[in-house]
Amino acid sequence: MARSVTLQKKLTFTALAWAVAFLLFFPIFWTILTSFKPEAQAIASPPVIIPSWTLENYVEVQARSDYFRHFANSVWISVGSTLIALLIAIPAAWAMAFAPTPKTKDVLMWMLSTKMMPAVGVLVPMYLLFHDFGLLDTVWGLTMVLTLINLPIVIWMLYTYFKEIPVDILEAARMDGAVLWKELVYVLVPMAVPGIASTLLLNIILAWNEAFWTINLTASKAAPLTAFISSFSSPQGLFWAKLSAASTLAIAPILVLGWLSQRQLVRGLTFGAVK
Amino acid sequence: MRLTPLFAGALLAALATSASAETITIATVNNGDMIRMQKLTGDFTARNPDIQLEWVTLEENVLRQRVTTDIATKGGQYDILTIGTYEVPIWARQGWLLPLENLGAGYDVDDLLPAIRGGLSLDGKLYAAPFYGESSMVMYRTDLMEKAGLTMPEAPTWAFIADAARKMTDRAADINGICLRGKAGWGENMAFLTATANAFGARWFDESWHPQFDQPEWKNTLQFYVDLMKDAGPAGASSNGFNENLALFQQGKCGMWIDATVAASFVTNPADSTVAGKVGFALAPDTGLGKRGNWLWAWSLAIPAGSQKAVAAEKFIAWATSKDYLALVASKEGWANVPPGTRTSLYQNPEYQAAAPFAKATLDSINAADPNNPTVKPVPYTGVQFVAIPEFQGIGTTVGQLFSAALAGQMSVDEALSQAQAATTREMTKGGYIK
Repeated sequence: MARSVTLQKKLTFTALAWAVAFLLFFPIFWTILTSFKPEAQAIASPPVIIPSWTLENYVEVQARSDYFRHFANSVWISVGSTLIALLIAIPAAWAMAFAPTPKTKDVLMWMLSTKMMPAVGVLVPMYLLFHDFGLLDTVWGLTMVLTLINLPIVIWMLYTYFKEIPVDILEAARMDGAVLWKELVYVLVPMAVPGIASTLLLNIILAWNEAFWTINLTASKAAPLTAFISSFSSPQGLFWAKLSAASTLAIAPILVLGWLSQRQLVRGLTFGAVK
Repeated sequence: MRLTPLFAGALLAALATSASAETITIATVNNGDMIRMQKLTGDFTARNPDIQLEWVTLEENVLRQRVTTDIATKGGQYDILTIGTYEVPIWARQGWLLPLENLGAGYDVDDLLPAIRGGLSLDGKLYAAPFYGESSMVMYRTDLMEKAGLTMPEAPTWAFIADAARKMTDRAADINGICLRGKAGWGENMAFLTATANAFGARWFDESWHPQFDQPEWKNTLQFYVDLMKDAGPAGASSNGFNENLALFQQGKCGMWIDATVAASFVTNPADSTVAGKVGFALAPDTGLGKRGNWLWAWSLAIPAGSQKAVAAEKFIAWATSKDYLALVASKEGWANVPPGTRTSLYQNPEYQAAAPFAKATLDSINAADPNNPTVKPVPYTGVQFVAIPEFQGIGTTVGQLFSAALAGQMSVDEALSQAQAATTREMTKGGYIK
């Protein structure tokens, strides 16, 4: 049934949406603004809204650290872990969505429960394992850890999307003689592309932003952008402007990716929300 | 393609160098002196072409966590660690650090300031070489002091400081008489408050490791601090650490600031400080009991026992903490930017004395700190602004949160002390100190 929406309601909701968007974006805006301020203005009270613009912080950040090496590590770790997670999660989610057993829900809950444990609780055993297997400060080691950390979320998301696909279509494919891998590759995956795309993007963002393991299991060779940012915080001396410049450089690629793929992201996240 | 003999020779030489070059990994904190050292390492690699350097710079707490994990699990990721006077005696006792016994003939270990050297040694052996050292002192605005009709003594008392702070406070002009640390943390407000408590006759533990927060000395310390900050401190002081107070002082919003001596070079630098020409220095205050509230700290370079490149690492440490390095910094960036607080000869250097108006105050403050006898009454621990036991990081931060809450007005001084006593007793019993 069509509902008439009054102009006043429209304006109210639009204003509310803008207010929420502003609130969410403000920290990012402030970080970017601060990155162009001299150090003294970055911490000034009251805050300086219109700074004396400078690129000095960016020059200093690049002079002191190798941004591109950290960037390459971040790309490798986040994209690599996401692709491996998808390879494992697509068949797993298929099995849970289309061939469930009485224990499927329990398995899903158990997988999710692994996310509830504080990471620091397993730091020492993980560190020892990494040491013994020679994985400390390697991108392979980090890729493996981030794959395992994000796998429950990837499986859950794909499971939710797959549940929305009518099982009759898969059965029809089987009736036409499709074997399991063909059913997955030619029928299920194309139908779930929006969901898979949004899962992929979200997982890349999660892996990109992961700070605990990426800082604790690396030293110099495999350190990604999270470690790069961390290196600009200082116990003695002003550092906010340089830290903001480092943060801006670190979040810029993922912001651009999110911006370019927002249509896919929104489509995927709302996939099946309205039947 | 035919390689000319010259090109082939150069290629072979390059391959041989890269094949024999040893890379040492250095974990460090991000502060001005350390960053400056990274920029000057060309001098070291030119003298030692067979050694390459890899830097891992981390935020202080992250570094502490990373390095502790690595050293405790013998991870061997680092060849040189940047650690402080808190960690060195504890880690040396655990056998986690190698003694520095081959620093070279020209190193002149006797030139290291005795207080600093003592804090980095165990059983007479040096386990870390100081890169820069610091104590704490009073930094004050000479113009505001004059306006208040007062003269800062060289060695003030807390009573004078409190009186001056209240007189210098001008809320309408946004000037706070005094800026002190309030941010919770064992290395933040508890560094300041532990050192201050020493001057008030308080101590963390008695000789049998029983916490002493239920004693009148701690009540006097905390009540004095909270009252003073309420009358003359900045708004939101419970969130202020070193950097926040530095910014306030540089913007001309503090009459006095009692903090690390290393801040002197920041507040007198006209490029960053609006009050650069109007800053005076004095020793940290006392209460007439014989102890001053000044601490002792040194960021130092040490070699973990798990390092496979100890010889190269020690060569680097010898370079970075040598007299020659101080001269190198002076030649490139001026004497005022030389890492302070490590060598006696630096304070005897007339060029340094001329360039650093805070030199005498810094040296006097470092010399006045005694980590082996930090308090008026006897104690079973070493450390001026900390207690050199592994449990202190946790206990210090818990107590720091309670004291910060008292400063913010979220609980009374009595409540904070009573909870600090209970929490510390619990942890010390758990740690086996209290039988």
